[in-house]
Amino acid sequence: MSDNSAYIHVTNLKKYYKGGIHALDGVDCDINRGEVVVIIGPSGSGKSTFLRSLNLLEIPTTGEIVVNGTNIVGKGVKIDQHRQKMCMVFQHFNLFPHMTVLRNLTLAPMKLLKKSQEEAEVKAMSLLQRVGLADRANAYPSQLSGGQKQRIAIVRALAMEPEVMLFDEPTSALDPEMVGEVLEVMKELASEGMTMVVVTHEMGFAKEVASRVLFMDAGKIVEEGPPEEIFNHPKHPRLQEFLSKVL
Amino acid sequence: MVLTNSFWDTAPPWLIKMKEDFILNFVDAGRWKWLVEGLGNTLLITLFALLIGLVIGVVIAAVRSTYDKNRESMEMQKGFGYYLLKIVNGICNLYLTVIRGTPVVVQLLIMYFIVFASSRDSLMVAIIAFGINSGAYVAEILRGGIMSIDNGQFEAGRSLGFNYVQTMIHIIIPQVFKNVLPTLCNEFIVLLKETSVAGYVGIVDLTKAGDLIRGRTFSAFMPLIAVALIYLAMVVILTALVSALERRLRKSER
Repeated sequence: MSDNSAYIHVTNLKKYYKGGIHALDGVDCDINRGEVVVIIGPSGSGKSTFLRSLNLLEIPTTGEIVVNGTNIVGKGVKIDQHRQKMCMVFQHFNLFPHMTVLRNLTLAPMKLLKKSQEEAEVKAMSLLQRVGLADRANAYPSQLSGGQKQRIAIVRALAMEPEVMLFDEPTSALDPEMVGEVLEVMKELASEGMTMVVVTHEMGFAKEVASRVLFMDAGKIVEEGPPEEIFNHPKHPRLQEFLSKVL
Repeated sequence: MVLTNSFWDTAPPWLIKMKEDFILNFVDAGRWKWLVEGLGNTLLITLFALLIGLVIGVVIAAVRSTYDKNRESMEMQKGFGYYLLKIVNGICNLYLTVIRGTPVVVQLLIMYFIVFASSRDSLMVAIIAFGINSGAYVAEILRGGIMSIDNGQFEAGRSLGFNYVQTMIHIIIPQVFKNVLPTLCNEFIVLLKETSVAGYVGIVDLTKAGDLIRGRTFSAFMPLIAVALIYLAMVVILTALVSALERRLRKSER
């Protein structure tokens, strides 16, 4: 691999479900280090499937996903180690309900990165500090608001010191007044140079933060470009129609 | 001495009859010892059958839920592991169908008179028979518990980099345990009471002991009610212990 090749290189990715549904119908895409790629599109267009393929929560039917020079689709790949570098934030938070916030943050670093409890807790507390939730360290997830849960979910992923962060509609399950606090954390993360792939319906976030926007429809990337191009000069009729509905 | 004498002198006739019945059934010829021996055997069978059942249940639930959870990803690769798991899963299904589809008394008799026909250690045979029976129910309780956990919990664990087994151990099983505890406790209570058919293969368990006394004294009330009360007391104590444990585990849902 040459130096200027993309960090994530996706070629002709396809995902077919039984019954002939083509969730992904040949996706090609490059994602570079430090990029914030926002994926938009109507529901059922395959954006979540694509995102979830990147860390193999969905197994693609065919195609290649080359991360840092390694094709992760195929036999004999240490997928668990790959996932440690590529953490995910979910729509429904998926915090571990039987553990305190602090334990949610320290579990994976202690078990997988073999950090000592003290080391993991220091790191966890500084992350909690960053998102303004240090005082909730000993609370259980059920005692938190949706916005708080999602901020915890983000720092739980960050505690693994990933190289890429994947966001699967992180604000879709939130009350409107809590969306801002989560987006704020994501913006800060983007400004620090984290490589991010974000599936979202927050067009404002896409305009402001994205370095590149992908528009997906029917399992394909129909149009891509910098946000000002996509939102101000959409070319493809499907994108024009989509934007006229959501903006 | 004087006091007791005067009490029984003035006691109503039904009470005196009960006292005589009590002495006849439990004190005379040391018949209470039968109940103690029977209780001991009942507890022995229940305890060891419980352990066997838990081991079988955990193994089978692990196989079946692993197969269900990973079927899609393994069908893509169709390696040796996939076929092995498929065969083992099929064997587990057969076991569940047979055990849950036949009465436990029949299973006990088959074990005693056919499978272990050469062994006359009926206590051991009963422990194995009840253990194998209980394992089927425990397996389905655990599998139900595993499948009831939101798939997002699996995905969250896997996306952090835990492998399947680590996700199960650190994230899923602790939640499953809390959820299935009442059902599991119920299965143990059922098991305790089901051992009352052990008399079929010549074991003097609690029920059989009461029945033996009845056969000797021709007085049914005292021994049978005593047996019932002992079962009841054990179940009440077991239930109380489990609710105490449940309350401790529910801390995270304040």
